[in-house]
Amino acid sequence: MSRNSQEYSHKVAIVGASETETVGKLPDRSMLQLHAESAILALADAGLTIDDVDGVATAGPTPAQLTEYLNIIPRWIDGTAVGGGSFLMHVGHAVAAIQAGYCDVVLVTHGESGRSGVGVGGRGAAPSTIAGQFETPYGTWGPPSMFSVPIVRHMHEYGTTEEQMAEIAVATRKWAELNPRAMMRDPITVDDVLNSRLIAWPLHLLNCCLVTDGGGALVLVGEERAKDFPKDPVWVLGRGEAAAHTLISQMRDMTEWTAAVQTGKDAFEMAGMTHQDIQHAMFYDAFTHVPMYALEALGFVKPGEGGPYFAEGHTAPGGDFPMNTNGGGLSYTHTGMYGMFAIMESVTQLRGEAGARQIEDLHTSMVHAPAGMFSGTSTLILGND
Amino acid sequence: MAYEKALPQPTPETQEFWDGLKRHELRIQRCQDCDQFYFFPRPFCPAEGCRSLNVEWETVSGKGKLHTYVISERGFGPWADDAPYVIAVVELDEGPRMLTNLVGVEPDPKQLPADLPLEIFYDDVTDEVTLPKFQPVS
Ligand SMILES: [Zn+2]
Repeated sequence: MSRNSQEYSHKVAIVGASETETVGKLPDRSMLQLHAESAILALADAGLTIDDVDGVATAGPTPAQLTEYLNIIPRWIDGTAVGGGSFLMHVGHAVAAIQAGYCDVVLVTHGESGRSGVGVGGRGAAPSTIAGQFETPYGTWGPPSMFSVPIVRHMHEYGTTEEQMAEIAVATRKWAELNPRAMMRDPITVDDVLNSRLIAWPLHLLNCCLVTDGGGALVLVGEERAKDFPKDPVWVLGRGEAAAHTLISQMRDMTEWTAAVQTGKDAFEMAGMTHQDIQHAMFYDAFTHVPMYALEALGFVKPGEGGPYFAEGHTAPGGDFPMNTNGGGLSYTHTGMYGMFAIMESVTQLRGEAGARQIEDLHTSMVHAPAGMFSGTSTLILGND
Repeated sequence: MAYEKALPQPTPETQEFWDGLKRHELRIQRCQDCDQFYFFPRPFCPAEGCRSLNVEWETVSGKGKLHTYVISERGFGPWADDAPYVIAVVELDEGPRMLTNLVGVEPDPKQLPADLPLEIFYDDVTDEVTLPKFQPVS
């Protein structure tokens, strides 16, 4: 890094945050409607309205589709759209944009009619694209058939087991039991996971995230104004982002999330922190193995130690490294690009608004999400001091 | 019966790969400066620190190893009757990895240990397209 990124740490804060009123099954709302609903609620959370916004970032719709819907002309836009982690990147970009004076009030929105498909465009790779030539002809049909491909290599190299990955689903469900908004709240066991329907071995149904509708939005401002809002600011302390590939066959090492290694280092460097400083984690769980790869790549455990770590209960309620405390994509909600909800739970926890699942004496949280399927990643470190 | 599954549509830089398969030859590119083979086709060497434009097509062995895989228990549309089927990454003896399907073997983890030796099976799915599938070495 040519300049010291620490200069940008603790300079921009999240001062408004809200999900849509409900998440889950919302066939009465279009995709853009979910963006607008969460935008209006997040702005109201900060005592602001759409008229106060002069910077907009989104993924899914283009920024222009969003500004058209909201009827605004912002001075700064960001349409980085690389999948579930896009919103983490937007937050990182907003930190720079606000400090550069490009804009003062940034609105980041997410909304997805992932379950109901209302107002959503088509999917699938055109036959002349790289994916259309080298992936689709082999019967790939979505994330469970591609994001899952590296797992067998991890099992082979490190002895990672299906039981250990099932433990991740079990721990996450325990958090969902404490969240009244979660879609799946009944307790599950390792056997329940292993006996659930096979989707793409070694993935069973309960190794896979939900498919839901919902949205969320964030409002960010610079330090000069950050304390002028109804809620205490949640500071952006560190960020990192990377994109590497789209084809799963092009993952450089099937046992390591190489892009995440970089984004973790960058985020820690900017925040001036080390692993011991992180008290809470939201590691995007599209499938049970995804937070396991993240934990290893971000350096919280050594390569291959992820499976045993989860099985030991560190991340479950009462554990020393609480993770995915809203119930995660596995049990809370997963609209398609879940990264916004991962940020939202960190904000909720850092504000002390998490109710029965609140982590005591919490000051720092790390959010990590993939861009595509191991294709890239983004990492944020947030704090409330 | 017409082949209904998704077919690749070659682009200028990938045409030789697909043309080779039609002749039942596996053709991939090799950098003439750093000697490394690579996949997928591009007009320059993607190796870190090299990036040479001096690349040539070569016919390779079609031999490799099973690097990793999933067994899809679901098949959509024209794949409905295929499930369960294996979506695999093969590591060619020359180095590069590519996604493929396995044929000639039960879709059962017990039959599919990591690093299982594989060889290419040229699947002539239409008059125009041959897909590179892989099977255990006999
Ligand atoms: Zn080279």
